[in-house]
Amino acid sequence: MERSLKLLKPGEKGIIVKINGEGAVKRRLMDMGVTRGAEVLVRKVAPLGDPIEVNIRGYELTFRKSEAENILVK
Amino acid sequence: MQYRFALVGNPNCGKTTMFNEITGSTQYVGNWPGVTIEKKEGKARKFKEDIRIIDLPGIYSLSPYSMEEIIARDYIIDEKPDVIINILDATNIERNLYLTTQVIELGIPVVVVLNIMDEVESRGDSIDTKELEKFLGTPVLCTSANKGKGVSDVVQKALELAQTAAVKAANERVCIFDEKIEKCITEVEGKISSYLKEKHYSRWAAIKLLEGDEKAKEKLNIPSELLTEIDEYKDRLEKEYDNDMETMVADNRYRFISHIVGKTVKKKSGRGELTLSDKIDRVVTNKFLAIPLFLAVMFAVFQVTFGAIGSFTIDWVDALINDSLAGLVSGWLEAAGASEWLHELIVGGIIGGMGSMLVFVPQIMILFFFISLLEDSGYMARAAFVMDRLLRKFGLSGKSFIPMFMGFGCTTPAVMATRTLENEKDRKLTIMLTPFMSCGARLPVYVLFAAAFFAKNQSIVIFSIYVLGIVVAVLSGIILKNTILKGDAEPFVMELPPYRIPTLKGISIHMWDRGKAFIKKAGTVIFAASVVIWFLQSFSFNLQMVEDPADSIFGYIGKAIAPLFAPLGFGDWKSSVALLTGLVAKEVVVATMGILHGIGEVAEDSVELAAALQASFTPLKAYAFMAFTLLYVPCVAAFAAIKREMNSWKWTLMAVGYQTGVAWIVAFIIYQGGRLLGLN
Repeated sequence: MERSLKLLKPGEKGIIVKINGEGAVKRRLMDMGVTRGAEVLVRKVAPLGDPIEVNIRGYELTFRKSEAENILVK
Repeated sequence: MQYRFALVGNPNCGKTTMFNEITGSTQYVGNWPGVTIEKKEGKARKFKEDIRIIDLPGIYSLSPYSMEEIIARDYIIDEKPDVIINILDATNIERNLYLTTQVIELGIPVVVVLNIMDEVESRGDSIDTKELEKFLGTPVLCTSANKGKGVSDVVQKALELAQTAAVKAANERVCIFDEKIEKCITEVEGKISSYLKEKHYSRWAAIKLLEGDEKAKEKLNIPSELLTEIDEYKDRLEKEYDNDMETMVADNRYRFISHIVGKTVKKKSGRGELTLSDKIDRVVTNKFLAIPLFLAVMFAVFQVTFGAIGSFTIDWVDALINDSLAGLVSGWLEAAGASEWLHELIVGGIIGGMGSMLVFVPQIMILFFFISLLEDSGYMARAAFVMDRLLRKFGLSGKSFIPMFMGFGCTTPAVMATRTLENEKDRKLTIMLTPFMSCGARLPVYVLFAAAFFAKNQSIVIFSIYVLGIVVAVLSGIILKNTILKGDAEPFVMELPPYRIPTLKGISIHMWDRGKAFIKKAGTVIFAASVVIWFLQSFSFNLQMVEDPADSIFGYIGKAIAPLFAPLGFGDWKSSVALLTGLVAKEVVVATMGILHGIGEVAEDSVELAAALQASFTPLKAYAFMAFTLLYVPCVAAFAAIKREMNSWKWTLMAVGYQTGVAWIVAFIIYQGGRLLGLN
């Protein structure tokens, strides 16, 4: 089942299927290793509710929920 | 013959440490043309050849989306260094190799350096470098730059590559992409190569053009018919794969990386095991502890920098310059029979003016020490993670908090601290708002007025001024975000690097690099400004030296502009002159008030001055004056820092113009609003 990364809870994992959107944000995400087929684990949500921290390709990455919304995982 | 080696790598890969290890103290720090991003160049020591090392900005990719990336790739394309030394954080090899896959396409010899190998080994992991060399077509070396291990070998290897005349074609022919894309790239390469200034980067150019990289199109000067033809290739591939070209290229790169990492990296530790960093983060970014901890860290930094230790250094430098040095020079000048005006210029103008800036140097060093410590340890990224949500509401980003907070101490180092913000727009806005945080030098002014007019609730009144500054900053953030700094929300995609114990050497170098910039400014801009301001307040228009500032040029200007302040409640010329002299440093407002009211130079707790002020001010006028003092143009030193960080006169003038405009409007609202409410 495909869903947005934003919906994953801390501790949940997914495999990236697609990144929506375009331009700088998408490119930045891809440059950081958020590409199709990569496994992503949601670590935590920041204390104020945004951004989120994920583990991907063996390192910790943070982005906002608005970015996470465009990342589809299964 | 001179060799030039460029250091390329991700942020946090130990590139700076490597640079310092190779060059020792011979480095030259400047700015890249047109931007404030640091440009470091140094000579390699321990080698008899003339080897220049160029430290390119830390980047994740050669995309055209950030200033750093554009600088790095423009440097490589335009300047063609002899060798690229690509440094990787071996503990995070997968993402670090992404840049490598791009660097090896540039047709320049590359040495791949796996740094931080000691950490990899201590985890019990291993990397097969021989195998990796085969995959990448470049030499691969291992180092632990923080221990100086393997660093000379890197330079030696780069030198060998540079001296071997024939560049191996092999490193351009690494199969990263699938067959169809690869075929397209080769075809496009063939078509464009005759238009390129140099052939060696044809593969890179072909890939960029296929990706539709606008910056590359501009740069490469390819005829438009050919560009249309390349776009047809692009469209065909995009249709075939039902995906856009940029995504396909990135996907292919990471697929290639996953493949080679699978073949070369042996991990001992099972996945999912918590590292030390993870454990620290459980506390540091914990839902309940994160914010209190963040505030505690900020408070501690603030206390040390601007509290007892910081003020001790200020007093110490002050005594050194204004008493010892001024006394000494005074003696010399008298002995030499110098005229009175020369004496005044040197002792009062230059030593006094420079002194008022130089007293901040130790404090600035302390502040930069802490900022470097927080950065090098990895905490800064966490602070941004924790604060981002709150600050985004005002158009700022998580990283803006540190400079803004430091603004309560001294605006000058706070503005300089904005350099930690990568994002141009965030940085500009932070620079514009930081001066609204009430700095230490403004406090004496509040104390003077609060004691004279609000004796019963002094602390509440002073506190309200601080709050006013924050409110103005927040509102300004919202206004500016929707007007002159309008645009799409900047992406917030940031690495949270593993915690590392910073080395004292690393921090010291960091601190010194930044502090040096301030001292340099003090020696040029601030020096000139002190002389000019001294002249304006000591001479009359017919160039006679005057005793009473009222007769000086500043006095006349003050009288001329005084009507501007009438609607704010303080249209008397003494106030305007005091505000003008406040440009040197805001606490000077108090001293000037003393002189102009015929009491002489006084401290802020002077009873006579308070009495004199009560004659010309009412509590409402006093409050408007305090608000104006809070918000108008910061002092010369801060102005110089703003100019330096904005790196543009237009933006600098816009910033100070905005601040002064806001100061006027706020004071106007306070005074006129207060009168409407029947206050006095």
